[in-house]
Amino acid sequence: MLYDLTDEQRMLQETVRRIAKEQIEPGAAERDAKAEFPWDVVQVFRDNGLFACDFKEAYGGAEMGVLALCLAVEEVAKVCAGSSLVLLVHELGSMPILLGGSHEQKERWLPGLAAGEKLVAFGLTEPGAGSDVGGIRTRAIKKGDKYIINGTKQFISHADVADYICVACVTDPEAKPHKGGLSIIVVEKGTPGLSIGKHEDKLGIRASSTCEVILEDCEVPAANLLGSEGDGFHILMKTLDFTRPCVASQAVGIAQGALDVAVAYARERQQFGQAIITFQGLNWMLADMDTQVEAARQLVYKTCSVFEDVPKDLSKVPREAIRLSAMSKLFAAETAMKVTTDAVQILGGYGYVKEYPVERMMRDAKITQIYEGTSQIQKVVIASCL
Amino acid sequence: MNIVVCIKQVPDTETQIKIASDGKSIETDDIKWVMNPYDEFGVEEALVLQKEKGAEVTVVGAGPQRVTEALRTALAMGADKAVLIEDDDFYGADPITVAKVLAKAIEPLNPDIIFFGQRAVDDDSGVVGSAVAEFLDMPQLSVVTKVEVGDGTVQAHRPVEGATLVLESTLPCVITAQKGLNEPRYASLPGIMKAKKKPLEVISLADLGVERDDKLEIVALNPPPERAPGKQVEGETGQEIAINLVKLLREEAKVI
Repeated sequence: MLYDLTDEQRMLQETVRRIAKEQIEPGAAERDAKAEFPWDVVQVFRDNGLFACDFKEAYGGAEMGVLALCLAVEEVAKVCAGSSLVLLVHELGSMPILLGGSHEQKERWLPGLAAGEKLVAFGLTEPGAGSDVGGIRTRAIKKGDKYIINGTKQFISHADVADYICVACVTDPEAKPHKGGLSIIVVEKGTPGLSIGKHEDKLGIRASSTCEVILEDCEVPAANLLGSEGDGFHILMKTLDFTRPCVASQAVGIAQGALDVAVAYARERQQFGQAIITFQGLNWMLADMDTQVEAARQLVYKTCSVFEDVPKDLSKVPREAIRLSAMSKLFAAETAMKVTTDAVQILGGYGYVKEYPVERMMRDAKITQIYEGTSQIQKVVIASCL
Repeated sequence: MNIVVCIKQVPDTETQIKIASDGKSIETDDIKWVMNPYDEFGVEEALVLQKEKGAEVTVVGAGPQRVTEALRTALAMGADKAVLIEDDDFYGADPITVAKVLAKAIEPLNPDIIFFGQRAVDDDSGVVGSAVAEFLDMPQLSVVTKVEVGDGTVQAHRPVEGATLVLESTLPCVITAQKGLNEPRYASLPGIMKAKKKPLEVISLADLGVERDDKLEIVALNPPPERAPGKQVEGETGQEIAINLVKLLREEAKVI
């Protein structure tokens, strides 16, 4: 096996690096301050076909694979983590359809998603169900050719802008969630009974929107069920297996972005008559940061290369893939938090103010330790693979 | 309609350039190579004509194998095919030699328009486009910011000290692109996937029957002088500072 990126992956990386620098970086601070959904970024991604990365050609995709998507996420996250969430949430929301959708459902939903004309969200978390999927209370009851859904979802990224939300519901309250109790149903925007509740005011990734989703006697065609009733738990878990490396690549991007700023600053900043990068106390910090970021990156790429061979259907995910997926997310998220914190330290007072981007990066990094499975949950997953 | 765009691969403008130990070339080990930014304008303009006039766009580059990357980037942007004149020792060649080689390679492609960047950002010589026009006996419209192709003719704008010179020529011709001609597109995702399947012909100087006969030689490269540190103007009051500033401008900077 050639241990390197392919020519296409490298060209994609170069292209997105340039797009990020020219089109996304200039507005990053403003997007963070305004905390508004970045439609301008969505348009940039549409114009350049970036939404198509991990979709099959048959459904309008570029079929470049999950590593290619992760490279794109990393490059965007380097300059604006909030904007990288647009790609990340797109993959997360689409994944249940990719895994569990019938050919007919895929033909219906995927081309619009691959083009980025439609946006999608993933409705898992509830007030009482975060790390523990068993706490899901949203209930879907089948009536004729419809499901009637009732419940509330919490912290759903981009639910307010999404055309579709993949909603995790209890369809069999008698069965345990992982034993056939849960199902995933695609709820389309504008469905009566679907409404968006409170918008969260967040510490970081402020360009992305995070909201409450309220389903009140929401009638959805039974044809919107993904897979069969009871497939929900498996679809959810496999979705997260696939998307954890994407969050990990976001974390790597944030960390690299902060490291780049710290190195440039340390070269420029003069104290005691010399550039502060010449002080061992600081350049050893930078050396550690660089090493950690590279280690995280390699773990993410390795994980992605394993996932390229995992079929996007309802088959079981190999244990090795699950293990790597959890490790990459854990290690990259912890690295991002540490490296961004150290970057603020290296910039000193300037790091703590909004004149420089590292304080934003430090705030953005925190979420990577929390969403799509906290660092603690990743450890549970890794331990279960031992 | 056939359009050729000549592409030079140059060090990325953000790369730190180090002069090699021979004192007349640059260290190429850690350099990131990119398509010359002015050539991107040429590629973009050609792709507009590809769409509007159904033109076929061929990109041509010369140099070592790495130049393939710049050509593939142009293919990913949308060019139809590429020609690489592969030669390991070509970077830094006499621009007239480069023009001779390119002219030989371009001639059989039967172009209606040959685009160049108005200069390359590495050596800034700005000669090759004009020399190719000369070797192929074509009119040249250099340093242009607007191109309109009619029926067998082309009109182009060249900015001249704030005014605009409107040029008209018959086809075939050589056009060299200036900043402002257009906004080059990025390589698109489907374009990247297709780029590898597009034809890329590799030929050698021997294939073209050209021998190197460089007349121009780089004898030395000197780095720009290190920027002197800034100076803070001293003084207790605003008036005093102003007086000292004027003094410095007159006596040290000698600008007033």
